[in-house]
Amino acid sequence: MGELMLDGNAIAGLLQEVFAVEMTTAIGTCGRCGAAGPVGAAHVYRGAGIVLRCPHCNNLLAKIVKNDSRAWIDFQGIRTLQVAV
Amino acid sequence: MAGTALRGRLTWQLAELVRAVAETPRVKTIVFDVPGWPGHRAGQHVDVRLTAEDGYQAERSYSIASAPDGTRVALTVQRLEDGEVSPYLTGELRPGDKIELRGPIGGYFVWEPSEGGPLMLVAGGSGIVPLMAMIRTRAAAGDDTETRLLYSSRSQHDVIYRDELERLSGNGLTVVHALTDSQPPGWTGYARRVDAEMLAEVSPSPAERPRSYACGPTPFVEAVAESLVRLGHDTRAIKTERFGPTGG
Repeated sequence: MGELMLDGNAIAGLLQEVFAVEMTTAIGTCGRCGAAGPVGAAHVYRGAGIVLRCPHCNNLLAKIVKNDSRAWIDFQGIRTLQVAV
Repeated sequence: MAGTALRGRLTWQLAELVRAVAETPRVKTIVFDVPGWPGHRAGQHVDVRLTAEDGYQAERSYSIASAPDGTRVALTVQRLEDGEVSPYLTGELRPGDKIELRGPIGGYFVWEPSEGGPLMLVAGGSGIVPLMAMIRTRAAAGDDTETRLLYSSRSQHDVIYRDELERLSGNGLTVVHALTDSQPPGWTGYARRVDAEMLAEVSPSPAERPRSYACGPTPFVEAVAESLVRLGHDTRAIKTERFGPTGG
Protein backbone atom coordinates (compact mmCIF):
# COMPACT_ATOMS: atom_id res chain seq x y z
CA MET A 1 0.00 0.00 0.00
CA GLY A 2 2.02 2.87 -1.30
CA GLU A 3 1.61 6.58 -0.92
CA LEU A 4 -0.07 6.72 -4.30
CA MET A 5 -3.04 4.68 -3.19
CA LEU A 6 -6.41 6.42 -3.40
CA ASP A 7 -10.00 5.35 -2.78
CA GLY A 8 -12.72 4.37 -5.22
CA ASN A 9 -14.38 7.72 -4.62
CA ALA A 10 -11.38 9.35 -6.33
CA ILE A 11 -12.57 7.94 -9.65
CA ALA A 12 -16.28 8.58 -9.06
CA GLY A 13 -16.38 11.12 -11.89
CA LEU A 14 -14.78 8.77 -14.40
CA LEU A 15 -17.11 5.91 -13.42
CA GLN A 16 -20.19 8.10 -13.67
CA GLU A 17 -18.96 9.36 -17.03
CA VAL A 18 -18.84 5.79 -18.30
CA PHE A 19 -21.87 4.24 -16.57
CA ALA A 20 -24.13 7.32 -16.26
CA VAL A 21 -24.95 6.34 -12.70
CA GLU A 22 -23.26 6.95 -9.35
CA MET A 23 -20.99 3.92 -8.97
CA THR A 24 -19.09 4.41 -5.70
CA THR A 25 -22.10 3.16 -3.71
CA ALA A 26 -22.43 0.09 -5.96
CA ILE A 27 -21.51 -3.08 -4.06
CA GLY A 28 -18.83 -5.22 -5.67
CA THR A 29 -17.91 -8.76 -4.67
CA CYS A 30 -14.28 -9.76 -4.97
CA GLY A 31 -13.77 -12.73 -7.24
CA ARG A 32 -10.99 -14.10 -5.05
CA CYS A 33 -11.87 -13.59 -1.36
CA GLY A 34 -15.61 -13.06 -1.77
CA ALA A 35 -15.68 -9.88 0.32
CA ALA A 36 -18.46 -7.51 -0.71
CA GLY A 37 -18.13 -3.76 -0.32
CA PRO A 38 -18.81 -0.41 -1.95
CA VAL A 39 -16.71 0.52 -4.97
CA GLY A 40 -15.87 3.75 -3.11
CA ALA A 41 -13.89 1.72 -0.58
CA ALA A 42 -11.78 -0.12 -3.19
CA HIS A 43 -8.10 0.78 -3.34
CA VAL A 44 -7.25 2.78 -6.44
CA TYR A 45 -3.88 3.28 -8.10
CA ARG A 46 -3.43 5.77 -10.91
CA GLY A 47 -0.78 5.41 -13.53
CA ALA A 48 -1.05 5.14 -17.30
CA GLY A 49 -4.41 3.60 -16.43
CA ILE A 50 -6.40 3.03 -13.27
CA VAL A 51 -6.20 -0.12 -11.18
CA LEU A 52 -8.77 -1.10 -8.55
CA ARG A 53 -7.80 -3.58 -5.87
CA CYS A 54 -9.78 -5.37 -3.16
CA PRO A 55 -9.23 -3.61 0.22
CA HIS A 56 -9.36 -7.01 1.96
CA CYS A 57 -7.13 -9.31 -0.11
CA ASN A 58 -5.49 -6.90 -2.59
CA ASN A 59 -6.86 -8.91 -5.52
CA LEU A 60 -6.89 -7.05 -8.84
CA LEU A 61 -10.56 -6.12 -9.29
CA ALA A 62 -10.53 -3.99 -12.42
CA LYS A 63 -8.42 -1.96 -14.81
CA ILE A 64 -9.61 1.10 -16.65
CA VAL A 65 -7.87 2.94 -19.47
CA LYS A 66 -9.43 5.97 -21.07
CA ASN A 67 -8.62 8.38 -23.84
CA ASP A 68 -10.65 11.29 -25.16
CA SER A 69 -13.29 9.20 -26.87
CA ARG A 70 -13.24 5.65 -25.46
CA ALA A 71 -12.77 3.75 -22.22
CA TRP A 72 -11.49 0.17 -21.89
CA ILE A 73 -12.64 -1.59 -18.75
CA ASP A 74 -11.36 -4.96 -17.59
CA PHE A 75 -13.48 -6.36 -14.74
CA GLN A 76 -11.47 -9.52 -14.31
CA GLY A 77 -11.62 -9.66 -10.50
CA ILE A 78 -15.18 -8.62 -9.73
CA ARG A 79 -17.63 -11.51 -9.37
CA THR A 80 -20.81 -9.41 -9.03
CA LEU A 81 -21.71 -5.76 -9.06
CA GLN A 82 -24.89 -4.62 -7.36
CA VAL A 83 -26.07 -1.25 -8.68
CA ALA A 84 -28.99 0.92 -7.54
CA VAL A 85 -31.56 1.22 -10.33
CA MET B 1 -32.29 14.68 -3.08
CA ALA B 2 -30.04 11.80 -3.93
CA GLY B 3 -32.08 10.71 -6.92
CA THR B 4 -31.66 13.92 -8.82
CA ALA B 5 -28.08 14.56 -7.79
CA LEU B 6 -26.70 11.11 -8.47
CA ARG B 7 -28.24 9.85 -11.66
CA GLY B 8 -27.49 10.76 -15.19
CA ARG B 9 -24.45 11.36 -17.30
CA LEU B 10 -22.06 14.00 -16.08
CA THR B 11 -21.72 17.08 -18.20
CA TRP B 12 -19.15 19.83 -18.08
CA GLN B 13 -20.61 23.23 -17.41
CA LEU B 14 -19.35 26.75 -16.97
CA ALA B 15 -19.04 28.10 -13.45
CA GLU B 16 -18.40 31.77 -12.71
CA LEU B 17 -16.20 32.85 -9.84
CA VAL B 18 -18.18 35.01 -7.43
CA ARG B 19 -15.50 35.63 -4.83
CA ALA B 20 -12.27 34.29 -3.41
CA VAL B 21 -11.33 34.27 0.26
CA ALA B 22 -7.85 33.57 1.63
CA GLU B 23 -8.06 30.94 4.37
CA THR B 24 -4.34 30.51 5.09
CA PRO B 25 -1.24 31.66 3.16
CA ARG B 26 -1.50 28.55 0.93
CA VAL B 27 -5.23 27.92 0.90
CA LYS B 28 -8.09 29.79 -0.72
CA THR B 29 -11.84 29.32 -0.81
CA ILE B 30 -13.28 30.05 -4.23
CA VAL B 31 -17.05 30.46 -4.53
CA PHE B 32 -18.72 29.77 -7.87
CA ASP B 33 -22.15 30.37 -9.28
CA VAL B 34 -23.15 27.28 -11.25
CA PRO B 35 -26.36 27.80 -13.26
CA GLY B 36 -28.67 24.82 -12.92
CA TRP B 37 -26.71 23.29 -10.03
CA PRO B 38 -28.90 20.37 -8.83
CA GLY B 39 -27.74 20.62 -5.21
CA HIS B 40 -25.26 18.35 -3.47
CA ARG B 41 -24.67 16.28 -0.36
CA ALA B 42 -21.89 16.97 2.12
CA GLY B 43 -18.74 15.08 1.16
CA GLN B 44 -19.31 15.14 -2.60
CA HIS B 45 -16.77 16.65 -4.97
CA VAL B 46 -16.54 18.27 -8.37
CA ASP B 47 -14.12 17.76 -11.22
CA VAL B 48 -12.52 20.95 -12.54
CA ARG B 49 -11.10 21.13 -16.06
CA LEU B 50 -8.75 23.77 -17.42
CA THR B 51 -7.94 24.04 -21.11
CA ALA B 52 -4.80 25.75 -22.36
CA GLU B 53 -4.68 27.72 -25.61
CA ASP B 54 -3.01 24.81 -27.36
CA GLY B 55 -5.86 22.50 -26.30
CA TYR B 56 -3.98 20.78 -23.48
CA GLN B 57 -6.40 19.91 -20.69
CA ALA B 58 -5.79 19.31 -17.01
CA GLU B 59 -8.45 17.86 -14.73
CA ARG B 60 -8.57 17.71 -10.92
CA SER B 61 -11.11 16.77 -8.27
CA TYR B 62 -11.94 19.15 -5.43
CA SER B 63 -14.20 18.53 -2.46
CA ILE B 64 -17.16 20.85 -2.04
CA ALA B 65 -16.70 22.93 1.10
CA SER B 66 -20.13 24.50 1.36
CA ALA B 67 -23.49 23.26 2.56
CA PRO B 68 -26.12 23.19 -0.19
CA ASP B 69 -26.95 26.81 -1.08
CA GLY B 70 -28.84 27.23 -4.32
CA THR B 71 -26.48 27.61 -7.27
CA ARG B 72 -23.49 28.59 -5.11
CA VAL B 73 -20.68 26.07 -4.75
CA ALA B 74 -17.59 26.76 -2.65
CA LEU B 75 -14.32 24.87 -3.11
CA THR B 76 -11.33 25.24 -0.83
CA VAL B 77 -8.08 24.73 -2.70
CA GLN B 78 -4.55 24.32 -1.43
CA ARG B 79 -1.90 25.80 -3.68
CA LEU B 80 0.68 23.24 -4.79
CA GLU B 81 3.66 25.12 -6.20
CA ASP B 82 4.38 22.52 -8.87
CA GLY B 83 0.70 21.90 -9.59
CA GLU B 84 -0.98 22.42 -12.94
CA VAL B 85 -4.37 23.54 -11.68
CA SER B 86 -4.21 24.81 -8.11
CA PRO B 87 -1.84 27.76 -8.79
CA TYR B 88 -4.31 29.03 -11.39
CA LEU B 89 -7.38 28.54 -9.18
CA THR B 90 -5.77 30.17 -6.15
CA GLY B 91 -3.67 32.82 -7.87
CA GLU B 92 -5.00 33.94 -11.22
CA LEU B 93 -8.73 33.38 -11.26
CA ARG B 94 -10.69 36.63 -10.73
CA PRO B 95 -14.37 37.27 -9.97
CA GLY B 96 -16.30 37.04 -13.22
CA ASP B 97 -13.86 34.50 -14.70
CA LYS B 98 -15.30 31.17 -15.78
CA ILE B 99 -13.98 27.65 -15.50
CA GLU B 100 -15.42 24.27 -16.49
CA LEU B 101 -16.64 21.93 -13.79
CA ARG B 102 -18.90 18.91 -13.45
CA GLY B 103 -20.69 17.46 -10.49
CA PRO B 104 -21.78 16.81 -7.86
CA ILE B 105 -19.81 13.56 -7.86
CA GLY B 106 -19.64 10.63 -5.46
CA GLY B 107 -22.08 8.99 -3.10
CA TYR B 108 -19.81 6.99 -0.81
CA PHE B 109 -17.95 9.57 1.27
CA VAL B 110 -21.07 11.57 2.12
CA TRP B 111 -23.09 12.32 5.19
CA GLU B 112 -26.53 13.82 5.68
CA PRO B 113 -28.22 14.69 8.98
CA SER B 114 -30.82 11.97 8.34
CA GLU B 115 -28.06 9.34 8.60
CA GLY B 116 -27.45 10.25 12.23
CA GLY B 117 -24.35 9.64 14.29
CA PRO B 118 -22.46 9.94 16.44
CA LEU B 119 -19.90 11.25 13.98
CA MET B 120 -16.14 11.00 14.25
CA LEU B 121 -14.42 13.25 11.71
CA VAL B 122 -10.65 13.11 11.31
CA ALA B 123 -8.92 15.64 9.06
CA GLY B 124 -5.31 16.03 8.00
CA GLY B 125 -4.55 19.47 6.53
CA SER B 126 -6.85 20.33 3.63
CA GLY B 127 -8.63 17.02 4.30
CA ILE B 128 -10.87 19.20 6.43
CA VAL B 129 -12.76 20.42 3.33
CA PRO B 130 -15.38 17.66 2.81
CA LEU B 131 -15.71 17.28 6.58
CA MET B 132 -16.40 21.01 6.86
CA ALA B 133 -19.23 20.57 4.36
CA MET B 134 -20.68 18.00 6.78
CA ILE B 135 -20.26 20.36 9.74
CA ARG B 136 -21.82 23.23 7.81
CA THR B 137 -24.69 21.08 6.55
CA ARG B 138 -25.33 19.91 10.11
CA ALA B 139 -25.34 23.51 11.36
CA ALA B 140 -27.54 24.78 8.52
CA ALA B 141 -30.08 22.07 9.27
CA GLY B 142 -30.09 22.91 12.97
CA ASP B 143 -29.03 19.31 13.54
CA ASP B 144 -27.43 18.38 16.87
CA THR B 145 -25.92 15.00 15.96
CA GLU B 146 -23.02 14.40 18.34
CA THR B 147 -19.95 15.21 16.25
CA ARG B 148 -16.27 15.10 17.16
CA LEU B 149 -13.72 16.64 14.83
CA LEU B 150 -10.06 15.79 15.29
CA TYR B 151 -8.14 18.12 13.00
CA SER B 152 -4.39 17.85 12.43
CA SER B 153 -2.48 20.86 11.08
CA ARG B 154 1.19 21.79 10.99
CA SER B 155 0.76 25.03 12.90
CA GLN B 156 -1.99 27.36 14.02
CA HIS B 157 -1.47 29.44 10.84
CA ASP B 158 -2.28 26.40 8.73
CA VAL B 159 -5.66 25.76 10.37
CA ILE B 160 -8.35 26.28 7.73
CA TYR B 161 -11.75 27.63 8.90
CA ARG B 162 -10.34 28.28 12.39
CA ASP B 163 -12.76 31.04 13.42
CA GLU B 164 -15.81 29.36 11.94
CA LEU B 165 -15.02 26.08 13.68
CA GLU B 166 -14.75 27.92 16.96
CA ARG B 167 -18.06 29.64 16.31
CA LEU B 168 -19.84 26.40 15.39
CA SER B 169 -18.51 24.50 18.42
CA GLY B 170 -21.08 23.49 21.01
CA ASN B 171 -24.56 22.15 20.32
CA GLY B 172 -23.07 18.67 20.05
CA LEU B 173 -19.96 19.63 18.05
CA THR B 174 -16.55 19.22 19.70
CA VAL B 175 -13.48 20.44 17.81
CA VAL B 176 -10.05 19.16 18.85
CA HIS B 177 -6.90 20.42 17.15
CA ALA B 178 -3.54 18.70 16.89
CA LEU B 179 -0.65 20.97 15.85
CA THR B 180 2.20 18.77 14.70
CA ASP B 181 5.10 21.09 13.87
CA SER B 182 4.76 24.25 15.95
CA GLN B 183 2.43 25.46 18.63
CA PRO B 184 1.59 28.97 19.82
CA PRO B 185 2.72 30.03 23.32
CA GLY B 186 0.54 28.53 26.02
CA TRP B 187 -0.84 25.79 23.71
CA THR B 188 -2.44 23.08 25.82
CA GLY B 189 -3.84 20.95 23.00
CA TYR B 190 -2.22 18.02 21.20
CA ALA B 191 1.25 18.72 19.85
CA ARG B 192 1.93 15.55 17.89
CA ARG B 193 0.64 13.56 14.95
CA VAL B 194 -2.68 11.79 15.28
CA ASP B 195 -2.17 8.37 16.85
CA ALA B 196 -4.29 5.58 18.34
CA GLU B 197 -4.12 7.02 21.84
CA MET B 198 -5.39 10.39 20.61
CA LEU B 199 -8.18 8.77 18.61
CA ALA B 200 -9.23 6.75 21.66
CA GLU B 201 -9.41 9.94 23.71
CA VAL B 202 -11.36 11.97 21.17
CA SER B 203 -13.62 9.44 19.45
CA PRO B 204 -16.90 8.07 20.73
CA SER B 205 -16.24 4.51 21.93
CA PRO B 206 -16.73 1.57 19.54
CA ALA B 207 -19.80 0.62 21.62
CA GLU B 208 -21.44 3.89 20.54
CA ARG B 209 -20.98 2.78 16.93
CA PRO B 210 -19.77 6.09 15.52
CA ARG B 211 -19.65 6.75 11.79
CA SER B 212 -16.06 7.73 11.08
CA TYR B 213 -14.83 9.81 8.15
CA ALA B 214 -11.10 10.34 7.61
CA CYS B 215 -9.72 12.62 4.93
CA GLY B 216 -6.21 13.81 4.17
CA PRO B 217 -2.94 12.70 2.59
CA THR B 218 -2.78 8.94 2.00
CA PRO B 219 -0.27 8.09 4.80
CA PHE B 220 -2.35 10.13 7.29
CA VAL B 221 -5.60 8.38 6.34
CA GLU B 222 -3.88 4.98 6.43
CA ALA B 223 -2.66 5.59 9.97
CA VAL B 224 -6.04 6.83 11.16
CA ALA B 225 -8.02 3.97 9.60
CA GLU B 226 -5.64 1.32 10.95
CA SER B 227 -5.75 2.85 14.43
CA LEU B 228 -9.56 3.00 14.46
CA VAL B 229 -9.77 -0.66 13.47
CA ARG B 230 -7.22 -1.59 16.15
CA LEU B 231 -9.32 0.29 18.71
CA GLY B 232 -12.24 -1.95 17.86
CA HIS B 233 -14.25 0.21 15.46
CA ASP B 234 -16.21 -1.55 12.71
CA THR B 235 -14.30 -1.36 9.41
CA ARG B 236 -17.55 -0.84 7.50
CA ALA B 237 -18.31 2.30 9.52
CA ILE B 238 -14.97 3.92 8.62
CA LYS B 239 -15.01 5.85 5.37
CA THR B 240 -11.83 7.25 3.91
CA GLU B 241 -10.84 9.78 1.29
CA ARG B 242 -7.16 9.76 0.44
CA PHE B 243 -5.55 12.67 -1.36
CA GLY B 244 -2.41 10.90 -2.53
CA PRO B 245 1.13 11.70 -1.44
CA THR B 246 1.00 15.47 -1.35
CA GLY B 247 -2.60 16.34 -0.68
CA GLY B 248 -5.03 18.67 -2.45
